[in-house]
Amino acid sequence: MTRRERTVDVLIVGGGPAGLGAGAELAASGAGRVEILEREQTAGGIPRHCHHGGFGGRTIGGAGTTGPAYARGCVAAALRAGATLRTGVTVTGWAGPLTVDTTAPTGLERITARAVVLATGARERSRSARLVPGSRPPGVYTTGELQQAVHLYRQRIGSRAVVIGDEPISHAAADTLRVAGLEVVAMVTDRAPARLAVLTRGGDRAPVLGRTTVTALTGRERLTGVSVRHHDGRTATLRCDTVVFTGDWIPEHELARRAGVALDPGTRGPAHDAAHRTSGAGVFAVGNLLHGVESAGFALAEGRAVAAPVLRHLATGEWPTGRPSVAVDPPLRWIAPNLVGPDGELPLDGRFTLRTTRRLASPLLVVRQDGRELHRQRLLLPVVPDRPFRLRAGWLDRVDPYGGPVRISVC
Amino acid sequence: MPETYESRAMNPTITTSGALTADEPPGAPAYDVTVVGAGVVGTAIARELARYRLRTALLDASDDIGNGTSKANTAILHTGFDAVPGSLEARLVREGQRELRAYAAETGIPVERVGALLVAWDEEQLAALPALSAKAERNEYHAARLLDADELRAREPRLGPGALGALEIPDESIICPWTTPLAYATQAVRAGVHLHLNCRVRHIDSGDDVHTLTTTRGTLHTRHLINAAGLYADEIDRELGHDDFTVTPRRGQLIVFDKLARDLVNHILLPVPTAAGKGVLVAPTVFGNVLLGPTAEDLDDKTATGSTADAIALLREKGRRILPELLDEEVTAVYAGLRAATGQEDYRIRSRPDRRTITVGGIRSTGLTASMAIATHVTELLGESGLALGTPSELPPVTLPNLGEAFPRPYQDAGLIAADPAYGTLVCHCERVSAGEIRDALAGPVPPHSPDGLRRRTRAGNGRCQGFYCGAAVRALFEEARS
Repeated sequence: MTRRERTVDVLIVGGGPAGLGAGAELAASGAGRVEILEREQTAGGIPRHCHHGGFGGRTIGGAGTTGPAYARGCVAAALRAGATLRTGVTVTGWAGPLTVDTTAPTGLERITARAVVLATGARERSRSARLVPGSRPPGVYTTGELQQAVHLYRQRIGSRAVVIGDEPISHAAADTLRVAGLEVVAMVTDRAPARLAVLTRGGDRAPVLGRTTVTALTGRERLTGVSVRHHDGRTATLRCDTVVFTGDWIPEHELARRAGVALDPGTRGPAHDAAHRTSGAGVFAVGNLLHGVESAGFALAEGRAVAAPVLRHLATGEWPTGRPSVAVDPPLRWIAPNLVGPDGELPLDGRFTLRTTRRLASPLLVVRQDGRELHRQRLLLPVVPDRPFRLRAGWLDRVDPYGGPVRISVC
Repeated sequence: MPETYESRAMNPTITTSGALTADEPPGAPAYDVTVVGAGVVGTAIARELARYRLRTALLDASDDIGNGTSKANTAILHTGFDAVPGSLEARLVREGQRELRAYAAETGIPVERVGALLVAWDEEQLAALPALSAKAERNEYHAARLLDADELRAREPRLGPGALGALEIPDESIICPWTTPLAYATQAVRAGVHLHLNCRVRHIDSGDDVHTLTTTRGTLHTRHLINAAGLYADEIDRELGHDDFTVTPRRGQLIVFDKLARDLVNHILLPVPTAAGKGVLVAPTVFGNVLLGPTAEDLDDKTATGSTADAIALLREKGRRILPELLDEEVTAVYAGLRAATGQEDYRIRSRPDRRTITVGGIRSTGLTASMAIATHVTELLGESGLALGTPSELPPVTLPNLGEAFPRPYQDAGLIAADPAYGTLVCHCERVSAGEIRDALAGPVPPHSPDGLRRRTRAGNGRCQGFYCGAAVRALFEEARS
């Protein structure tokens, strides 16, 4: 028994909003055989287990829908458009520049495509990846695991929980904990507590411990507490049997790296231009693999937007090389896209997406290449960590395609 | 009717709760031999004893075999090149590694002969290499070879700047620390050894013919007792009235880096031991990760298996010097193990034939490597202490599921998946563990009693996401099998 060899026109790896959006648009625009591979048994990606509302605001307007409904909508749209969606199929590696090996209950395959779109998403860093010291007892979660445990498997979680983080996903995690019957005793963040939190959250919410770091987890058979240190030196141990580490996303970039495509040092996702082209010829990337993380709606829109450049590549076979990179200076954290394409394509909505490492009140952003100023723009609202902000991309046509890297700094 | 392995294997006895079976008649010894401690040493001894027509019990205080020091080490199959020449440890490591290498090949325990390089980072360390080479010779290891800086760089191009040379030990290998005791325990219980888990020994009364063990699960009588209690060997010894040594737990913290770091390193990179103390090592694992560590911290608390911020910072600083690019990779796990240090640079294996006890203490980092030779040695001592062992029989063969990256795994096996699609249904994506492997482990002869135990048998949940994607699904499979 060996691998079944097959060919498709476009292979999309990952059946979350980005991959499904790409599949739908490509199938609808006559890209030929468009196949989406999803390693989970059900497609839809992370929205599958986000039971809170607010999904689809971008595309539908209004308050949106719940995650599972949104995921089902994405799946239905891809299927309606004629894309092939295969679940329970894992891409295990590359057998050539545009050839992957897969494992599924139906057997092993080797699939060669004319273009590959990577849409493998992002995950939250685990407690270990964050280098949080202490013991390794049961009761330690990320939001992703918690939501699946509660919403997909109805598992017993515990009784008292601490949530690490104070961003929207942290509050979603706290809501999930309450649904599961836990008391949320505190939310811990090493940053200053989010402003306006009092206005946006109800009065019955857990206290937010700002400027506080987790120094250790305690307990052996079961988590017994989270030791913390406030920036003024005070320490405490928060008694709990459950802790959820939220946010701190890292792109799920194994397959991209195994393909040998270059990573952006800021996002840790594949370096890419506005047409979602990576450094690997014929390999595109979309969604939260590129930036951890934007909303599901943003990922879906990126997936749709990749269709035109994929079709162009299928028609011409062209692939740019030697593109100037776009990089940020501290305290900015990353920018996406982070390569300048040769054809002056603009990013989604004509704007770049950025993150900062610390809060900046109405910062003045300056774009330079080789010392030459291309653009300056004052943002009217403050920017805060873990929230996206945008930079207009109208200056892209002034970039020297043979010049050095483009740098974005705060003036 | 004569008892055979076949008939005994039908009903492997593993108990995890409830009172231990009452002795018949009351007070009579239920067992000829009881091994206290089911780590890699205790399981190896139990396996060796299983060759004989003895009634043998294997006890452990925790809910699994290999659940203490044995599960948290550097997972190296040593050659013994740097042991103290002439010591018991030197001999047992030398013999044990040969035996375990053969046993691993036979049972499917992954071993990779990657070789080790003792890297010299300064003139003092460089000057120490010839003496280490001579010591290897005294330990009957003859393949060590000095490498100059250029040769070293060619072997390990990602090494940090400033490496001056190395001593190469081509036979140092990496091994799976989890399936090794599992293989021993599986063979032991299949051959009739009784395994009692969650069974902590509280008190021992030693009479003229019988030891009476009071455990958390009731009373047990045994003629002979083998103390393989690891960190607690001194406490068991004191219950027996001996006071030879005190176990001082020496904590070793380790950082496990992502599989994407595996290509950065080809060998086990060992520190050169000098007067300034031992450094840390960088080693690949059979699972395809890279280890950095361990620290060496003498503690009082035998339960202090937590990691600390200071140690993580120290390891990262040292790792940055050895392999700078390693620090850019994601960390998959941080863990700590406790070595059973006794203040003596050798094992403390002592038989007291008149008391019918054998203490197997002070088995430190080399215990995994030496386990089979320790078992043979202890069995010989037992035979000399008045217990008629009889003729050894062949053990029932055992095959372990392969957990190693260097060998084919079920997700790559078209024939296996065609025969049983569960092997093509991946549950843990990072480690590519299939539903079939999880099912097999849960139904195995020595099944896990926690998701952590399942992880050590399959790798499920052991990957970079640490359960973000699969944690709930794996738990669901575990709970389903238990209900």
